[in-house]
Amino acid sequence: MQPKDNKDRGFLLFLTLFAGLYVALIAGMLFADATYTTPGHLLEALKSEEIRYAAKLSLTTATITALLSVWFAIPIGYLLSRTNFTGKALVDGILDIPIVLPPMVIGLSLLILFQTSFGQAIESVLPVTYRIPSIIIAQFSVSCAFAIRTMRITFDQISERPEQVALTLGASRAQAFWRVTLPQAGAGALSAGLLAWARALGEFGPILVFSGATRMKTEVLPSTVFLELSTGNLEAAVAVSLLMVIAAITVLVFARAIGGRRSW
Amino acid sequence: MIQFESVSLVQGAHHLTGITFEVPEGDYAVLMGPTGCGKTSVLELICGLRMPLSGKISLEGKDVTKLSPAARGIGYVPQDGALFPGLTVGEQVGFSLRVRKRPEEEIKARVILITDMLGITHLLNRRPEGLSGGERQRVALGRALAFGPRILCLDEPISALDEDLRADMCSLLKKVHAETGVTALHVTHSESEARELATLHLRFESGSIREVHSRSTKS
Repeated sequence: MQPKDNKDRGFLLFLTLFAGLYVALIAGMLFADATYTTPGHLLEALKSEEIRYAAKLSLTTATITALLSVWFAIPIGYLLSRTNFTGKALVDGILDIPIVLPPMVIGLSLLILFQTSFGQAIESVLPVTYRIPSIIIAQFSVSCAFAIRTMRITFDQISERPEQVALTLGASRAQAFWRVTLPQAGAGALSAGLLAWARALGEFGPILVFSGATRMKTEVLPSTVFLELSTGNLEAAVAVSLLMVIAAITVLVFARAIGGRRSW
Repeated sequence: MIQFESVSLVQGAHHLTGITFEVPEGDYAVLMGPTGCGKTSVLELICGLRMPLSGKISLEGKDVTKLSPAARGIGYVPQDGALFPGLTVGEQVGFSLRVRKRPEEEIKARVILITDMLGITHLLNRRPEGLSGGERQRVALGRALAFGPRILCLDEPISALDEDLRADMCSLLKKVHAETGVTALHVTHSESEARELATLHLRFESGSIREVHSRSTKS
């Protein structure tokens, strides 16, 4: 610790005030949820067959989406970080579109895409719209963009020098990537996967439009919150929200524990 | 032998043109020059990590201007060692042989030989994290030498070390040069390193490389 004079204390107080306000807002929201519901409501929610189905579907689709997002984000992030090519700025801009588009618009765009002859060709082999694959596609459309941003920053922060040395030692670019660079990107890939998973778990707008919210079919947890709210069952909506909060925090703690144990 | 014939490159906001110089086979050349003049860029051009705008780069009499870094067979020791995080010292030194798919016994024998020469055999199972500056540079040197390159490029390999370690490292570089007969190009700011090591002293000034002094081994 360094000695502080009064001016420093004032500045630190200023910083702490803003940090404190935001942390208090988050903690306040969680506390309100937790105190609004009771363990009885939570158990009741868990007993409901519809909610159990929605929870299973949410966890499964979010996990598949997170894995797919990381799978795509690693090569795309690496490409953007390490290479220059004609039209890179355009590609970079396009990759940001899912982040800035309103969620409903993404859902509507997907719905229209799968009405085109290209979409219909896919539908003839694998029915997508208003079925489970549409949930994964809707989640992936948004989550992957966040995973790509994370992986790009990860690769930007990894020094290119060791990779270049590997090239001079006789490695191909692929060997240098797999043996030298990718092992350093573990923590970034974990963050990307976690971010994609959390985004996918909370995705609602695109799913509502592209997949619908049919009970025991395409209902995911955010749809449950929406359906319960629209029927005036606030207790169930809050209980389901709390389940999502618990799931998200569990994954966050788990990922941090892995991140701390391994020397990424 | 390293030969540059009218090589041009982009250096920061400037274009350097007509760089011509030669390091005869078996010489230990030391290249000096002001910060930002393009010394590291010259090493990167030799290693194939950047392309010249024009001109010809030849190594051992062969035009390598358009060859990939992997095809050039150059040992490269960058400024901070740039060791591979996560790999043990043994794995780092054996890296070039493993990507060449050499038999495991040959790799082990070569790693022992090289690390013994550099005095780092006791570090074989250590990872880069926690190695001292001097140890890191020795590992980087061992990694560059393992596949038996005929040309060695060193980018300020000693400058970050303490005075005592500098003297040790200078002696080690002399020993490596004497034992392997490798043609070396060593970039530095230190006049004492140049006096100690150089059989050919080059200086990068006003966009061109000129010979300051030579006690060439092959003249």
